[in-house]
Amino acid sequence: MRIGIVCPYTWNVPGGVQQHVRDLAEALIGYGHGVSVITPADDDAQLPPYVVSAGRAVPVPYNGSVARLAFGFLSASRVRRWIHDGAFDVLHVHEPAAPSLGLLACWAAAGPIVGTFHASYEKSRVVSVTAPILRSALEKITGRIAVSEAARTTLVEHLGGDAVLIPNGVATARYATAEPLPGWPGDGGALGFLGRMDEPRKGLQVLLRAFETLGRERPGLRLLVAGPGDADDVLARVPADLRSRVVVLGLVSEEDKVRAYHSVDAFVAPNLGGESFGIVLAEAMSAGAPILASDIEAFDHVLRGGRAGVLFPTGDAAALAAAAGALLDDPARRERLSAAARAAVRAYDWSAVARDVLRVYETVTLGAGGVIATDGEG
Amino acid sequence: MFPDWIIDVLLGLAAAFLLVVYVSWRATRLDRLHVRVETARAALDAALVRRAAVTLELAASRLLDPATSLVLATAAHQARTADADGREFAESDLSRALRAAVDQPGFAAGLDDRADDGGHVLEELASSAQKVVYARNFYNDAVAQARAARRKLLIRVLPLAGRAALPGFFEIDDDPPRL
Repeated sequence: MRIGIVCPYTWNVPGGVQQHVRDLAEALIGYGHGVSVITPADDDAQLPPYVVSAGRAVPVPYNGSVARLAFGFLSASRVRRWIHDGAFDVLHVHEPAAPSLGLLACWAAAGPIVGTFHASYEKSRVVSVTAPILRSALEKITGRIAVSEAARTTLVEHLGGDAVLIPNGVATARYATAEPLPGWPGDGGALGFLGRMDEPRKGLQVLLRAFETLGRERPGLRLLVAGPGDADDVLARVPADLRSRVVVLGLVSEEDKVRAYHSVDAFVAPNLGGESFGIVLAEAMSAGAPILASDIEAFDHVLRGGRAGVLFPTGDAAALAAAAGALLDDPARRERLSAAARAAVRAYDWSAVARDVLRVYETVTLGAGGVIATDGEG
Repeated sequence: MFPDWIIDVLLGLAAAFLLVVYVSWRATRLDRLHVRVETARAALDAALVRRAAVTLELAASRLLDPATSLVLATAAHQARTADADGREFAESDLSRALRAAVDQPGFAAGLDDRADDGGHVLEELASSAQKVVYARNFYNDAVAQARAARRKLLIRVLPLAGRAALPGFFEIDDDPPRL
C-alpha cells in the first residue's frame, strides 16, 4: 500500500506528534508498505529517506502560545505537488485541525483520508469561532482516529461526529538493551521510581514510606528516583539515617532514562490513580525490569492481572514493602517476571498499533480509489 | 462616467454571481458528504460480510468442538440472511456469539494445538471483527455530518440535497472478541 503521512510540526524539534509519526512510519515500513512523510523541517535538518521537507515552519501566536506552523500558498503548493506525485492509496493526516500542513493537505486532496487527532483541551470560545472554517476541510476525512479518550472527547465536543481509539504505541526495541548506570544495581539490591516527584498521584510518597521499613531491614538496599521535581524536597521526606541510600537523579535524558530502567532489581509504579495507560510502566516492562505496581485498573490490565508483574493494594506502603522484600529475595521469580513483562508489553508495541492503523486504511480504501490532488476547492 | 443605473446593475450582477458561487460550493460539499456516506456504507457492508464469512470458515474448519461450531454457524448465517429490519439485531447477536465462543476457557490454546493454521484463522477473525468496529464508526461519523449539513437553512430552502434519502445510523453491539 502507498501511504502518504502528513506531520504538521517541525520534524527536528522534539514533540509527541513528531515522535508518533516517526514510530508509525517506521512500523509501517517494517510491514513492507511504501511510506512518504511530508513535514516542516529546518533547512539543515538531517531527514530519514522516507521524509520530504515542506520548508521551514514560522513561529506565530496561536491559541495562547507561540506555535511553529507551516501555512501559506507556498506550503500549500508543495503539499499539493507531493500528493500529486505520490499517487497514494491513502493519505494520513496528523492533527488536521491545526493550521498547518495537515489542514492544507485536507484542502488539496480528495479520496480516502485518515485523520489522527492528538490534542485535548477544554472547550474554548476560539474553537467555536474556528469550527465552521475547519468543517469544510475536515469533512473530507473519511476515517478519524483519536490517540486517547481525552482527544476523542475534545474532537466530539468541538467538531461533532466520532473517532475510533487507537492509543500511542511503545517503541519497545528502544528500551530493550542498555548498560546500567555506573555502580548499579549493586550487591544490596535496588528499587527504582520514575515520574513527577512532586505529583502526589504518582505515589512517590508511598514508595518512600515503604522504603523506611525496607531500608532498615536491608542495610544495602538503595532507591533510585528519577523525574521532574525538586530533589531536596524528596530527600527532606527521607529519615536522615536512610538519606545516603536514596539517589535522586532529577530530570534525566532519554538515554539515561533507559539506563535507569536497567539499573534496578525491581521497578516500582506506586501511582494512586489517574493513569489511563502508564507509558512509564510500559517502558520499564520493555526494558525487562521486574515490576511492582499498585493495583489500579490500568496497571492491572497492562500486567495481565498480576502475571506480568506484582500488584499491591493502591497506596498501601506496608503491602508494598512486603511484596518488594519477597521479590528481592527471589532472583528466579524476578527472572520469570522480567520475561513475562517483556512478552506482555509486546501487545502495546508500535507493530501492534500499526496493525490497527492498517486495518483503518483497509477499511477506508475499500472501493474508494486512490488519493488525488485537487485545486483546493472548499 | 457611467450613469448610476449601470453601476447598480453591475453590483447586482456581482452579488448574484457571488451567491451562485456560494450556493454551488455548498452543493458540492453536500454532494461530497453524500458520496462519503455511500462509500462508508459499502465498506461497512463489506466488513460485516467478511466477518460472517470468517466466522463460517472457523465453524466449518473442524478446529472447534461441534457445539461451538453450531452456535457460530447459526449466528453467522442469520446475520447474512437477515432482512433490513432485522439486520442490526442479527449482527449484534453475531458479536455476542463470537465473544461467548472466544471467552470459553482454553479457546485460543485449543485452536493452536489442533492445527497449524489455527493461529491464522484467529488473526483473520480478530482483524475482521476490528474492521467492523472501524467501518461502523466511520459510517456513523459520515452520517452525523451529512445529517447536520441537511439541517442547515440553505439546504432546506433550496433543493440542494436532490432526492437523496436522509441516511440512517447503523447501531449494533460490535464489541470485538478478546483474542
